[in-house]
Amino acid sequence: MTVARRAWLVPAVLTGTLVPFGVLAYRAATSRLGPNPVATALNQLGLLALTLLVASLLATPARLLTGAKWPLKLRKLLGLAAFFAALLHLAVYVVLDQGLDFGGLARDVVSRPFIAAGFAAVLAMTPLALTSTRRALQLLGPRRWQALHRLAYVAGVLGVVHYVLRVKAFPTEPALYGAVLGASFAVRAVLGRHARSS
Amino acid sequence: MVGRRLPPEPKGAEITPPALYARRREFLKQAGGFLATSAGWGAGLTWLSERGAADPAPVAKRLSPSPPPPGSASPWSSLVVSPESLPKAEATPFDAVTTYNNFYEFGLSKSAPARAAGSLKTTPWSVRIEGEVKQPRTIDLEDLLRWFPLEERVYRMRCVEAWSMVIPWVGFPLAALLSRVEPTSNARYVAFTTLYDPEQFPGQKSDVLEWPYVEGLRLDEAMHPLTLLAVGLYGNPLLGQNGAPLRLVVPWKYGFKGCKSIVSIALTRERPKTTWAAAAPSEYGFLANVNPAVDHPRWSQRTERRIGQLERIETLPFNGYADAVAHLYRGMDLTREF
Repeated sequence: MTVARRAWLVPAVLTGTLVPFGVLAYRAATSRLGPNPVATALNQLGLLALTLLVASLLATPARLLTGAKWPLKLRKLLGLAAFFAALLHLAVYVVLDQGLDFGGLARDVVSRPFIAAGFAAVLAMTPLALTSTRRALQLLGPRRWQALHRLAYVAGVLGVVHYVLRVKAFPTEPALYGAVLGASFAVRAVLGRHARSS
Repeated sequence: MVGRRLPPEPKGAEITPPALYARRREFLKQAGGFLATSAGWGAGLTWLSERGAADPAPVAKRLSPSPPPPGSASPWSSLVVSPESLPKAEATPFDAVTTYNNFYEFGLSKSAPARAAGSLKTTPWSVRIEGEVKQPRTIDLEDLLRWFPLEERVYRMRCVEAWSMVIPWVGFPLAALLSRVEPTSNARYVAFTTLYDPEQFPGQKSDVLEWPYVEGLRLDEAMHPLTLLAVGLYGNPLLGQNGAPLRLVVPWKYGFKGCKSIVSIALTRERPKTTWAAAAPSEYGFLANVNPAVDHPRWSQRTERRIGQLERIETLPFNGYADAVAHLYRGMDLTREF
């Protein structure tokens, strides 16, 4: 009986991905989220969602750059984890931050580009999470499935926009996420076209 | 060589079969890969997601209110409780007031100031009184403390980011100082400047804002009895993260108006170019009065989260001080002049 060479990869990344969620849950349960726990949880979950989403979008450029196949194995896991973090982020915002004030929420989504961008990012990720199974891929057919999953780029851009619009001054952090995302698009544009034409 | 006896050959059955031996190595490789990857990815992800978010309590453990200065001559022993005060029972806990701060001179996160404030040296400290005054001069902080009786004033503090605290400040009315230094008839505004020293304020090494931090008030706002120059909170001298040793407190305005670690108070003819209003003029006005009816362009100002409470509460016009200050802005369109 032989084991695939990187059989540990997906379980390892899954385990690692659970760590920040676990740390956050532990801190929340033991009142260690600082003087403004709602804001801390909101910020950490938002950053986690964005980091995971950007990481999932790095799989294809990593494959194009190195030729290795293993990054693609992580794409689904990272994408689903990003969606999970984004849903928790949204839940903390709706329930704990806004106290289920749906009138105020509706006003915010309509009138504030920052909220609208975040909301749209979650909406864009939803069909991707729902069609992440092998069965959905078969039902849709690879071409339609792939076209649909280009929404992940849209979600990534919306996530960065949401982050940039949130900050007060202009710290480097949101710019870094934007730069990483931009670089990944550039690699895709250059090498992806090259790979298709050759 | 001769004379050295080799151990007996192991019996054939004791030798690990090559396939099993290879599997053990394979297992170790897989286990190593798993452990390294899960630990590295987990730690990296946790680190990334905690950056920028106000990080939690360990900071508070290193802080405790420093004891009041000894001796009966201390200005602290005779604190007058101002009639302008809210009940002290409403005050936000000391740990929150001293670990959840916006003070970009020490870093961008809420916890950075409490962690970095040790680099600020507040003795000796002096303040330049300059511009349109009859006698421009530099005053030592100790002299300031001798000139004016210190009061305790429990004020609401509303941050432009829609959170708030209730803080028992110790200080004296700015009006008392201004009256003493005698503004000329040309003076119409007061500009406050924070110390510029990137060695003490590491945040000033980044150009996230234009340094030094400058804030300002109209002269009538500066002379208002609610406007305070604070030198302490919770009965003790200010800690670095709260703007030691001398800061401005204007309770009906957003917190960013409260210039910290002040080294210059200048009376001017022209409206001073204040830091946030210059950085983002469409978002932060010169007046910056707390106003639930005028939203920040990116978020609502209708409600606020009082630190320590889960439920949001309604934000009050002029932060609840409308009766005392609304007359200063009579006839102005506060949706345009925000």
